[in-house]
Amino acid sequence: MPDGSTSDAFVAFERVQKSYDGETLVVKDLNLSLPKGEFLTMLGPSGSGKTTCLMMLAGFETATHGEILLDGKPINNIPPHKRGIGMVFQNYALFPHMTVAENLSFPLEVRKIGKSEREAKVRRALDMVQMGEFGGRRPAQLSGGQQQRIALARALVFEPELVLMDEPLGALDKQLREHMQFEITRLAHELGITTVYVTHDQTEALTMSDRVAVFDDGRIQQLDPPDTLYESPQNSFVAQFIGENNTLEGVVKEITSDSAVVQLDDGELIDCKPVNVSKVGERTKVSIRPERVEFNKDRLKEDAHLLKATVKEFIYMGDVFRTRLSVAGNDDFVIKSRNAPDQVRLKPGQQIEIGWLPQDCHALDA
Amino acid sequence: MGRQRPIRNSYDGDIMSELKGTGQQTADAPTPEDAFHEAAALDARETDSQSSGRNGGPVLAADGTPLKRSLSRALRRQKLRALALIAPLLIFVLFSFIIPIGSMLFRSVENGFVEQTLPLTVAELKNWDAESDTLPDEALYQAFVTDMVAAVEAKEHTKLGSRLNYEQTGLSSLFRQTGRKIKKIDPETDGPFKDKLIDIDDKWGELETWRTIKTHSVRYTNGYFLNAIDMQRTAEGAVAQPENKRILITLFMRTLFMSLVITTSCILLGYPVAWILANLPARSANMLMILVLLPFWTSLLVRTSAWKVMLQQQGVINEVLVWLGIVPDDARLVLINNQLGTIIAMTHILLPFMILPMYSVMQTIQPTYLRAAKSMGATNWTAFWRVYFPQSVPGIGAGSILVFILSIGYYITPEIVGGTKGVFISNRIAYHISSSLNWGLAAALGTILLAVVLILYWAYDKIVGIDNVKLG
Repeated sequence: MPDGSTSDAFVAFERVQKSYDGETLVVKDLNLSLPKGEFLTMLGPSGSGKTTCLMMLAGFETATHGEILLDGKPINNIPPHKRGIGMVFQNYALFPHMTVAENLSFPLEVRKIGKSEREAKVRRALDMVQMGEFGGRRPAQLSGGQQQRIALARALVFEPELVLMDEPLGALDKQLREHMQFEITRLAHELGITTVYVTHDQTEALTMSDRVAVFDDGRIQQLDPPDTLYESPQNSFVAQFIGENNTLEGVVKEITSDSAVVQLDDGELIDCKPVNVSKVGERTKVSIRPERVEFNKDRLKEDAHLLKATVKEFIYMGDVFRTRLSVAGNDDFVIKSRNAPDQVRLKPGQQIEIGWLPQDCHALDA
Repeated sequence: MGRQRPIRNSYDGDIMSELKGTGQQTADAPTPEDAFHEAAALDARETDSQSSGRNGGPVLAADGTPLKRSLSRALRRQKLRALALIAPLLIFVLFSFIIPIGSMLFRSVENGFVEQTLPLTVAELKNWDAESDTLPDEALYQAFVTDMVAAVEAKEHTKLGSRLNYEQTGLSSLFRQTGRKIKKIDPETDGPFKDKLIDIDDKWGELETWRTIKTHSVRYTNGYFLNAIDMQRTAEGAVAQPENKRILITLFMRTLFMSLVITTSCILLGYPVAWILANLPARSANMLMILVLLPFWTSLLVRTSAWKVMLQQQGVINEVLVWLGIVPDDARLVLINNQLGTIIAMTHILLPFMILPMYSVMQTIQPTYLRAAKSMGATNWTAFWRVYFPQSVPGIGAGSILVFILSIGYYITPEIVGGTKGVFISNRIAYHISSSLNWGLAAALGTILLAVVLILYWAYDKIVGIDNVKLG
């Protein structure tokens, strides 16, 4: 969970609150710190407060309460142009009346950097994003992906230590987006810059980040590296929001520190790992990832609890098979199995038994 | 599924996109690398298509006809339909606007009236040397009497008098009096006429009278245009008007200068308003917009008259200033019946034409541009000046063209609040149309005004580029 310690933090939010209308809080008590060089993604549905946090960090919004620290110094009263933070905007915000080179040169000009040095830096930045020959073009003459690269180069050309990105890949098609995700992380790590990245695309967040902060309802729900986030969600919102997820509802029957038995609403028992349930009789939502569900009994423990399931639909997706089952009254229970030579292809109507390792099944808040 | 006939489609007659039935299209999924080099690839493709066009002759459509021809055939229907849609307006404009204006402008050079009324005289005048110091001979006087008697019968002689009076004052009354007395003369029997005419009026014995008639007897004249630029057509060619009659060049200059001042003050007053309008939340912006548009919906005459009330020496502004003690009672400001009055009233009246285009352009400038500039280290002013302002220039351009062209031809407001010092060339045109009835001169002035506007428009296009003008 996020802590308030800011001793070695490069960027820190301390008890930050933000309200636009004086009635509701868009950001509720935000505590977050990130060390130098980290790639942190703020992930959340729209309206969760992630963009507001980014704008407060950039200086375009002021915090209603609390302190934002950059390199140990409070920046609440520093205007955006003095913060020295590079920023990539959702629609790139490339100045349409300037050429690509002039766009890149702009942050250097306002810093009163000499012409020859300016040109050298612009050239280096363009080469860095493989756009060396496009300096003379106008933004309107570039494709979306090219504009994206220029926006990136412009945010980096004045060598800021912190770069903020506000859903920069939202306007690109899937293939280009995946390529740019890779490019951005490569650049961020090569240059050693600290990056705060805002997105609502969870794949993007998982593939790019060192750590992901999942936002909902103005709070950070979980702040962890991608694998922890995916494999050990802290609550049912995170489990639902990150990746595909199966949910079964029930009541806790037995509980120890690292295992629990949950009785589902149709009476069946399953093994799981308690995350935020504490006592017997508590209602819970149990979360299992589709790829961790097993229907081959050889791969399960002897004493594992098994559930009866009916195959509803089989979808061939190339690399995986996606099978929709009816389990314990839930018709949308999905399992994914790798397309291997010995893999079984289930048929609709088929009756099977499924199970899982207890540590893959998380008993979360109801 | 049977074999499908290839469907061919071309947009330019040169490059053809061909769909050979379904299922044969290979989905060429773009890779990121493609995107990065697509511009270069595009260049390459252009050269390719050019060279193939050169080597392979004209591209043929499926049935063997040249592609260009079958394309133009396919487009012809579309063009005809478009033409039919605009035809009613086109015809209306042609008959109610273009033809009348054309015929009006034609009056600036048309001068057949003298020759029509005095055909024999004009023919005889060709034999007379206007440079010589001798009066025309008897033959011309006889021709003139014949023409004049016919003209009097047709009651055309007074009109001719007024026409020639534009060029030489006194000719109007000369023709009227001569017309009255010439009835007693019979052109068949009563010759010789030279002395009789000189008896009727001494002016018939003056070289100047005959010179004027000869100079202005041509069918097409540049006389009106010369008059319009303070010159006159004489037997010796074009010469400057006497100093006390020169006024039109000054008026043209004043019109241009004051239009420029009005345009500039509209930009200065309108820009902040447009900026606020574009940056306010929609609801408050709409309220403010009504305030901008309200004067726009009020009658032009009412607004101008209101300014008369405001600006006169006993008017609202002066009274308030005197009451506040800022201006002494015996030295009230002269705000009206001069150039200042015209500039104030017209700036106010034309302001919406400046604000609206600026507003619609500014609305399209995303606030993220300013944020981006600031995030890169620009101060508020630099961000505005380097990033926002250049993007708003098309709005200023559009507003300026509108205001400038409107004010160059403005008539009512200068007429009411301009006095003598604050009137425009259009007021002079109106005077010649309705009071002096010198329509030829009015047409010449109007033609020059039109030409000035077109030249300015052309210059604007060269300097700023008309593509940069956006009205929304």
